[in-house]
Parts: sequence; C-alpha cells; structure tokens
Amino acid sequence: MLDATDRALINRLQEGLPLTSAPFDGIASELSITVDDLLARLERMKEIGAITRFGPFFDAAAMGGAFCLCAMAVPQTQFERVTEQVNAFAQVAHNYQREHRLNMWFVLATETPEGIAEAADAIERETGIAVLRFPKLQEFFVGFRVAA
Amino acid sequence: MSVTDRDIVSALQGGLPMVAAPYAAVAASLGLPEEDLLARLEDMQATGVIRRIAVAPNHFKLGMTANGMTVWDVEDARVAELGAQVGALPFVTHSYERPRALPDWPYNLFAMVHGTTRDQVEKKRQQIAAILGPVSRANDILYSTRILKKTGLRLRRKGPTCSD
Repeated sequence: MLDATDRALINRLQEGLPLTSAPFDGIASELSITVDDLLARLERMKEIGAITRFGPFFDAAAMGGAFCLCAMAVPQTQFERVTEQVNAFAQVAHNYQREHRLNMWFVLATETPEGIAEAADAIERETGIAVLRFPKLQEFFVGFRVAA
Repeated sequence: MSVTDRDIVSALQGGLPMVAAPYAAVAASLGLPEEDLLARLEDMQATGVIRRIAVAPNHFKLGMTANGMTVWDVEDARVAELGAQVGALPFVTHSYERPRALPDWPYNLFAMVHGTTRDQVEKKRQQIAAILGPVSRANDILYSTRILKKTGLRLRRKGPTCSD
C-alpha cells in the first residue's frame, strides 16, 4: 500500500512544514523526488486515509478555547446510536472506541472554556449517559512523531 | 486589520491545499499578500496558537494497529517528575496528567503507546512500569478498536469552514 518513500515522506512531514513560498522543495530534494511526485503521493495518501490531516494544528487553548478528553460507558447494544449522537456535535474533534467498561473516548475542542461543560452536559442529556471529564492538568510533551 | 487570525484559522482548519505554493493559494483566497500571511503564521506559531504545520498519520492504516492508552495511578507528589520521564520515552506520543474520577477511575497519568502488535505495546508498557515502580499503585491499558471520528478543531462561529 505504501512504499518506503511514502513512509519517509510521512515521517519527514510529521516534523513540520517550513513557512516559505515553496515549502516542499527542500523536503522533495531530501527524498530525491520531484515536488510533483511528492504532492501526488500526499494526495494519494490522503485519499486512502493513510494521513488524516495535513496543515496547521491549532491549539484551542492558545486561542482562548479549551480541549477536554471525555469518556462514556456505552452499553454495547446502544453503541452505534450513541456514536451517531456524539459525533453529530461539532465540538467532538475525535472519538475512539476502546476496550474497557469506559468504551467511548472523545476529545471536545471548544472556543471558550465554558464550552466544554456545555457540550458535555448536552451530550449527557441527549444520550442519557454520564460523560466523565478528564481535562489535562499537565502535558509531558516531547514530540508527535510516530515512525511510519 | 480586516483579515483576523480567526479568518486565517477558518481558512486553514480543513488543512493546507496540496499544491507547490500552498501559502500563496491560501493568501489569495483571503485577499492577503503571501508575505503577510507567512508573517502572521509565524506569529501564530511563536505564540503557540499553531503548534506545528504537519501531517497527521492514521496509525491504523500504517500498520500500527495496536494503539494502547496506558493509564497509571501515580502519587500526586511524584507525578510531575515521573510524567516527564515517561513523556521522554521515544515511543510515547502523548502523555498527560489528568484528574482522577473516583471511585471508578483512579488513574492520573495517561501515556499513549502505538505498535504493530499488542505484544509490542505490552513490552513498552513494561518499560513505563519499570520507570514508575511502586510509585504507581495501579495501572491499566485501553486498546482502541475503532476510530469513530477524527476531524480536528472546527470553529463554529462565522467564517467559512473547509471539510477534510
């Protein structure tokens, strides 16, 4: 599905794109490919879902907003319905199913700190299931890089 | 200033266009000279509004199918020091201190670990356990089985939004 160059490209692009007029030039020459080839690979990997996003990652908190990790214990028989209900909230940035009694874990991203409680409360009302809230108290931040 | 940071965020929240000169394309759509957009983006990066401009890989599609959220109950007095050590491990992609939700949830340190197999992830979990030692009174691992949604930040108030 992905060749060695695709993987090298993902690894390289996890480190960040420069803020220049032709930001791919240096990366393409590092990988010994043309910029056109690089863009075609990127386009294809987006299409097949190997990359979910390409661009700036905004920090909601730095813009006056907030993030919060939340978890719910969803009965198996209701899982699909609750998934639809939760995902319908624009504030839900991502949502994962996990193997645990708390089997649905999602991140709320809102434009104001108060938006977190509003969204979590609204999800509780709509689904009838408690939403546990785990805001970050401290981040132990090193890097994002995952070897492709 | 007519073009606000919010306009810039709105224009970029769906991602950058995959073209040779992506910033010029975005600048044109905002009616801004490219140099101005680049300068504004530099400021946003310096102040932390933009954490980085990069690609987000889909671990599942890359064969990293084992994705475990390891969670640990660590003494409050030691969590900053030990959390920093855990966060520094090369295979830990995100690590946070979060509040407990007692009695259901005694864990206050979260560390995300990816691998191609669960065995691989378990070995990494053991390395974390070795660092924490008896200061961690309990731990668990929650494997993800499905991505239900992944869109990133979306602004809701005014301004156009691009879709992924």
